[in-house]
Amino acid sequence: MASDTPIVLIGDRAEVAPRPRGATAKLRPGRFALTVAALFTFAFLYVPIAVLIAFSFNSARTGATWQGFTLQWYERMLSNPRLIDAAANSLIVAALSTLGSVVIGTLMAIAMERYRFRAQAVWDGLLYMPVIVPEIVMGISLLLFFASIGLERGLITLIISHIAFSMPFVYLTMRARLADFDRSLEEAAQDLGADEWTTFRRVTFPLLLPGIISSALLAFTLSLDDFVTSFFVAGVGSQTLPVYIWGQIRRGITPEINAISTVMLILSIVLVILSQALQRRQSSH
Amino acid sequence: MIQALREHPALRLVALMTPGAFWLAVFFLIPLGIMGVISFMSRDAQGFPAPPYTLSNYQNIIRDIRFAPSLSLEGGLSIRLFEGLYLDLFWRSIWISLVSTLITLVIAFPVALFMAQLPRRYRNLALFAVMIPFWTNFLVRTYALQFMLRGNGPINTLLRSLNLEPIELLFTPTAVLIGLVYGNLPFMILPLYTSLEKFDWTMIEAAHDLGANTWSAFTRVMLPLVSPGLVAGSILTFVPSIGSYITVDLMGGGRTNLIGYSIAQQFSASVNWPFGSALSLVMMIIVTIAAVIYFRSSRGGSRAVI
Repeated sequence: MASDTPIVLIGDRAEVAPRPRGATAKLRPGRFALTVAALFTFAFLYVPIAVLIAFSFNSARTGATWQGFTLQWYERMLSNPRLIDAAANSLIVAALSTLGSVVIGTLMAIAMERYRFRAQAVWDGLLYMPVIVPEIVMGISLLLFFASIGLERGLITLIISHIAFSMPFVYLTMRARLADFDRSLEEAAQDLGADEWTTFRRVTFPLLLPGIISSALLAFTLSLDDFVTSFFVAGVGSQTLPVYIWGQIRRGITPEINAISTVMLILSIVLVILSQALQRRQSSH
Repeated sequence: MIQALREHPALRLVALMTPGAFWLAVFFLIPLGIMGVISFMSRDAQGFPAPPYTLSNYQNIIRDIRFAPSLSLEGGLSIRLFEGLYLDLFWRSIWISLVSTLITLVIAFPVALFMAQLPRRYRNLALFAVMIPFWTNFLVRTYALQFMLRGNGPINTLLRSLNLEPIELLFTPTAVLIGLVYGNLPFMILPLYTSLEKFDWTMIEAAHDLGANTWSAFTRVMLPLVSPGLVAGSILTFVPSIGSYITVDLMGGGRTNLIGYSIAQQFSASVNWPFGSALSLVMMIIVTIAAVIYFRSSRGGSRAVI
């Protein structure tokens, strides 16, 4: 194990090394063309979002002509009890399903990475399956399952389902982190007299913590964003925010939906900044 | 118990795996199994599953198979659907998903290439710009696009004020295609960029030294080496496209029916759970085949390099 380390380090250094300029020049049919293409794509991605945000401050009730700045759609949003309920449901489901999927997924990743056993490849394939199966199949099969065991749809069914689809993502993230894990550190701890539990608590867990936090952010986002599965497994009184927004969009566009969407966008941006900051801290260590 | 866990590695393994295995079995495999069983059942008066067991749901899917090599994405397709011509539905879904994956790839590749060649500081900024739509609610983003393209939306308001003809894109197959590309772009750019970032550009130089021109350096050296990102991005685009519900509804108004949307309808508007289950299983088979083909071809690609 320990003898691998220098090679890994050399690999890292090679990656960091600046690339020779001449080599890239030959595969640049036009750096200009690439830049233009990239700028157009970013515009395509961002213009609809920017327009949506802008119109959440437009006082016109319908249409897309600008009639002055207003915050009334945000006020209306905050005084809408059904919306507040849906937001609360979303946060409860996201928090609890994140907790569940992070614990279960991390344990699974440790088992799969640290042990060798029969039929391991089968388990590996099975853990990939929820990632590949279309969401609509996942949602409907869970609906059929809950209906056939007679479990009333509500927050419980939402949490169970969200753990089911986010656990494999936590597993895959943690598995990658564990594969990069330098086990000589654990060996060193044990050479210094730590027993296995102490090694785990004082060495393994702290080193895995950044990975655990970033997979938790992933699970949280997946849960908060989910519409299709939630649409099928949410009860009448337990709508999540995306399910509520969907219902509103179906009834017709109102500026209030633009305001809710803007708030959700800002929430996503905060989550991205958090996860990026986390990764930067990790790489600087 | 803790003592036992300390002494027996096998017990530790069981303890680590049990929660995950339980969740996977009870809340993923068993529901799929139930779906499989229901797909062989009949429907009662309300459309819910009831005995006797039958093959008729699958027979309904393959009934009336005739070769209709019309590739036109428009025109009366949803009317044919209700006559039970599901071959068209599957073909159209696969076709639109393939086309959208290809368009997404063609748009995403230059962006990923551009990002990978940026100096480190700007690279992080560009990465951030892709991460935001990547992490943003898919429903909200699709709604934003729909809002832009609406009859009285910003684009048409602008066109009218310039005395130009308004465009009526929304609720057409083209709108569905645009919606799929828009929704999936970040999921294609990010894996491509991850592969391209690791790409060793001296390989291109080596290929040129060995007599390769730019095109063959691209296809024989670069493409095989970035194929993991290409495969990941394509799967992340193709699978959600074929099962898409939000995009088909918001951008296509449900008029361009794809499998995923059609399945959802069996569980809401026109209730027929057994038939919906059979459609779901057929879709799962298609998606699994696509995934296997992709994984195989990527492995073949990297072997060719070695």
